[in-house]
Amino acid sequence: MIKFIEHVGRYFIMLQKMLEKFTKFDVLWRLILREIDDLIIGSLGIVSLISFFVGGVVAIQTAINMENPLLPRYLVGFATRQTMILEFAPTFISIIMAGKVGSFITSSIGTMRVTEQIDALEVMGVNTYNYLIFPKVVAMTIYPFIIVISMFLGIFGGYFACVTGGFTTHTDFIDGLQLDFVPFHLNYAFIKTFLFAMILATIPSYHGFFMKGGALEVGKASTTSFVWTSVAIIIMNSFVTNLLLT
Amino acid sequence: MIEVTKLSKKFDDTYVLKEVSTYFEKGKTNLIIGQSGSGKTVFLKCILGLFSPESGEIIYNKTPLSKMNSKERTKLRQDMGMVFQGSALFDSMNVEENIAFPMKMFTNTHIDEIRDRTNIVIKRVNLINANNKLPSEISGGMKKRVAIARAIIMHPNYLFCDEPNSGLDPNTAIIIDNLIQEITQEYQITTVINTHDMNSVMEIGEKIIFLESGEKKWEGTNKEIFNTDNKSISNFVYSSELFKKVRKIYAKENK
Repeated sequence: MIKFIEHVGRYFIMLQKMLEKFTKFDVLWRLILREIDDLIIGSLGIVSLISFFVGGVVAIQTAINMENPLLPRYLVGFATRQTMILEFAPTFISIIMAGKVGSFITSSIGTMRVTEQIDALEVMGVNTYNYLIFPKVVAMTIYPFIIVISMFLGIFGGYFACVTGGFTTHTDFIDGLQLDFVPFHLNYAFIKTFLFAMILATIPSYHGFFMKGGALEVGKASTTSFVWTSVAIIIMNSFVTNLLLT
Repeated sequence: MIEVTKLSKKFDDTYVLKEVSTYFEKGKTNLIIGQSGSGKTVFLKCILGLFSPESGEIIYNKTPLSKMNSKERTKLRQDMGMVFQGSALFDSMNVEENIAFPMKMFTNTHIDEIRDRTNIVIKRVNLINANNKLPSEISGGMKKRVAIARAIIMHPNYLFCDEPNSGLDPNTAIIIDNLIQEITQEYQITTVINTHDMNSVMEIGEKIIFLESGEKKWEGTNKEIFNTDNKSISNFVYSSELFKKVRKIYAKENK
């Protein structure tokens, strides 16, 4: 327990140090662009693929489990929309991203630690927290953009699977999509997406930055980082849902 | 000049440095030698300010490191060059970008001037046709040259090298040693080298500090090593047959 508190304390000190002594703007700007390329653009493919197919599966599962003839078929579109907007796109894509982006961040910073590149930066007088972590945090502020794509492709995947598979008609699905739409649900989804983005940028950075040992420990740190990032996302999800939807 | 007075450092309950006092002179290659685990790297990292000592003081040009505020420390660090054991080159940058990094980071020099100065140091360390290569595409010896070039591009007053010729063949190791010594004299830098390579000791050891179990056991020059009757340093230096023979020859020649 004491060790856990120590980690939490060190994590917040890291965040504080990240905002001290800024790196020169033109250097920082180039780092931010590189991080956007690595973390955001590099994730578009996998997020699109997963969202499209999971959206399809959600819609098919809903359709085939609605055996009662009294249940209208447009509910398939409604259930797909709600699932994708409220949970799948913001939360489950974030957990997938904890594996993809989180492991990448931990292993890249961890490798820099092992090969003394972080020491080299410190000896030069660079604020390594700001130089290494801040660009990732800034890059992740456009993470909600990925989630918009995920929402759209998930719903489109559901529509495509249902209409081509004969589970519902085009009109039923579109009716369901438009049924009882609450705009605040989008706000809720984007508020939690933004919080998940901050978790995705900082917890893996912490695990990479403070790792000790060699190549084997870089692998272990990536795994630990994935576990703790996922746990933090799930707890934050529960907290935000209780706060905003109940 | 760097002065170290009664420096002690411990990890958990074990002291890895015990009241080490010495000084490092300007324009000379100062060597810290000792067996693995003797506290050399910890000593170097304390001098660099990467570790805070339990007690003692490190004084840079009459200013104690512990009395420097964050701004003064940053300024001091920009006056230091460091060559790490594994070179510590940035993987994502090519040779030219690695060398130019400190200038891009800390000066507002025009890009053309940075390029010119980069090319001057590249020439100085004899790196040929390597500007656009990534660290993964060059040899160990070339990596050391890049690390040295990066360390000297800002014309530092202090140069620190942690085992600069580890992992190199004897010929390349001597070339790197000589390069460091030439640069030290040319730029009048205070150079501190951490090594356990006896060739370096004999070649460039203008001042040598011998550490054993965290304590300073001997101090002198490479010439004095042949005449010393200090048991600790003799056991370390003359552990190989080759150096025992060298000592005999040296003794005969100087009779």
